[in-house]
Amino acid sequence: MATDISEKEQIGEINKYNFRTETHDVFKAQKGINREIVAQISEIKREPSWMRDFRLKSLEIFEQRPMPKWGGEIDIDFQDIYYYLKPTDHQGKTWDDVPAEIKETFDKLGIPEAEKKYLAGVKAQFESEVVYGSLKEELVDQGVIFTDTDTAVREHSDLVRQYFSKVIPPSDNKFAALNSAVWSGGSFIYVPPGVHIQFPLQAYFRINAESMGQFERTLIIVDEGASVHYVEGCTAPMYTSESLHSAVVEVIVNKGARCRYTTIQNWANNIYNLVTKRAYAYQDATMEWVDGNLGSKLTMKYPAVHMMEPGARGEILSIAFSSAGQHQDAGAKLVHAAPHTSGQIISKSISKNGGRSSYRGLVRVEPGAHHSKNNVVCDALILDDISRSDTYPYIEIAEQDVQIGHEASVSRIGEEQMFYLLSRGLSEAEASTMIVNGFIEPLVKELPMEYAVEMNRLIQLQMEGSVG
Amino acid sequence: MSHVLKIENLQVSVGDKPILRGVNLTMNHGETHALMGPNGSGKSTLGLAIMGHPGYTVTGGSILLDGEDVLEMAPNERARAGIFMAFQRPMAIPGVKMADFLRHATTNVRRPDRKEGEDLIPMREFRKELKEKMSHLRMDPEFARRYVNDGFSGGEMKRAEILQLAMLQPKFAILDETDSGLDADAVRLASESIADIGGREKMGLLIITHHDKLLEHNPPQYTHVMLGGRIVETGGKDLAEELHRSGYDRIRKAYPDAEAANQEMIAEEAAV
Repeated sequence: MATDISEKEQIGEINKYNFRTETHDVFKAQKGINREIVAQISEIKREPSWMRDFRLKSLEIFEQRPMPKWGGEIDIDFQDIYYYLKPTDHQGKTWDDVPAEIKETFDKLGIPEAEKKYLAGVKAQFESEVVYGSLKEELVDQGVIFTDTDTAVREHSDLVRQYFSKVIPPSDNKFAALNSAVWSGGSFIYVPPGVHIQFPLQAYFRINAESMGQFERTLIIVDEGASVHYVEGCTAPMYTSESLHSAVVEVIVNKGARCRYTTIQNWANNIYNLVTKRAYAYQDATMEWVDGNLGSKLTMKYPAVHMMEPGARGEILSIAFSSAGQHQDAGAKLVHAAPHTSGQIISKSISKNGGRSSYRGLVRVEPGAHHSKNNVVCDALILDDISRSDTYPYIEIAEQDVQIGHEASVSRIGEEQMFYLLSRGLSEAEASTMIVNGFIEPLVKELPMEYAVEMNRLIQLQMEGSVG
Repeated sequence: MSHVLKIENLQVSVGDKPILRGVNLTMNHGETHALMGPNGSGKSTLGLAIMGHPGYTVTGGSILLDGEDVLEMAPNERARAGIFMAFQRPMAIPGVKMADFLRHATTNVRRPDRKEGEDLIPMREFRKELKEKMSHLRMDPEFARRYVNDGFSGGEMKRAEILQLAMLQPKFAILDETDSGLDADAVRLASESIADIGGREKMGLLIITHHDKLLEHNPPQYTHVMLGGRIVETGGKDLAEELHRSGYDRIRKAYPDAEAANQEMIAEEAAV
């Protein structure tokens, strides 16, 4: 009996994320982008004028800035995308408040179940808006804020205004400017001094409609001596036309605080995933990015940590898995802006069935950042002859007294490794999955158990049918 | 039940270079055979060809296991049919824990008809057995949590191979210099372990070795000497002892053709 069920589930699993939900939108902006549409989004959100002005200024920057000349090939018609789609009138405080068809989506994705088991708070974003939000009561009592960024602009405007776009200004890059103009949803988190949030806060981002652009904006402030682990997951069904996901994530980690931000991105293979993520870590603070990229057509994402004061630490773990028709241009940036700071990047990429993975990383030691330590390890695994892996490490060092390490390796699943496992009775598929899982094990073991299981399962799905 | 591994006139090439030039060897279940010979004579090649290494092309002859054509089988089918090889230099599989690897291997070998994705041996049952075998081999339980051969010392690698042998309980096992690179104590421990497993499980053993310690605990009924890709002489335990004592000079002189072939192979190897 048990076997029957698991077999059926396995067949279903492959298409688990590829389902569409019939919804009744409350409001859908016209396709395309211009001043009217940007102003309309701001109006619908009943925003203060400073945010409206910020959006319009960002639109100008977006229009002026050229497309990035590096990374992957971006073939997007910016006038053929819906920039704003409001799926429901109000945000649910319980899942029963969420419109049934949307709730069903998140049920299928297992979010309410995960929430019951091991999460301290959840945000679920469907198209442009957060449709569900929860936070454990004791955290509310301790002054923790976990809400969508739209609500935060209205209800915590001083706090938002102090930090919003300070880490990533609209002028940073074309897609940061686009997000700044049309952003909607995303998480706002404030953790007061000394508060440690034991269980993860999770946000789940779902694109459902065709030609839909999702532009969430996340701002996390971890105050002195506090800590938080934030996790985000992303999926979308497969359509014939391309969609765009372009988020901006800003994180401020104050003195002695700690933040870990984990992403497991499993977008459908028609989505451009062009995301800017950056954190400022102050004295003795630690910022960790754990970034898993399995889906999308093209991902360009380089989570960054700027170490602003002595004792700050930045760690970035990056996993990229690219298969047929996919290009993962993933990596990391560490900027040592103060003395006695330390950073580490571990990147692992896997390419198969003609997929392309690139590591693009920057390590910069600014003048005055003496006694900085930095170590980069990037390993690539290529599963066949038609797949590709590239490494673009940039290192800029303006100080003498620093310790910098860089190791890179590219390997193919060796005939010898394969033969060894086959000689012990394993099938080819089992053997290559085992080698791949082993390859990313150093990263997976950093994840909380539930996410490690999820990651292994996703890898297994990616590996299915890869042999023979 | 008695099993037979029968090798007839086996010819094997690497690329277009012939290495084995007609090997004949019949092993019965429960027998221990020593395979000796100078460097480059083709001992490891014989083992790897029996196991089905893709780099070794069989150009002639046959290998039969209980009458079944082994050459038709993929390496994993050979493993499931009951053939095992302890490698001289086993590969590291970083990130894969010994226990996880062994659970997959053991499941597949014990259920040769298992299909892709079917359940593994239940965790509890497997752990219990692994723990017993490891304690029997005097291995630290921590060993099961280490990554397969990753950063293992020479001795640890060899013991990991013996542990696999103990778990997989093959019908026939080839031990390729399982004693090389070990100090005297480690060789003794390895020898006792093999004797113990071999004695209890009753498998056919083909021991490739340069030393006498391993054979002391696993006295061979047959000793085969390879030279130039052929088995040129077969004897009993005494032959192994003689070769240890006096080396291969007598053999080299007695079989000048095979010696010439052996020199040629060594020279070609050096030229590559």
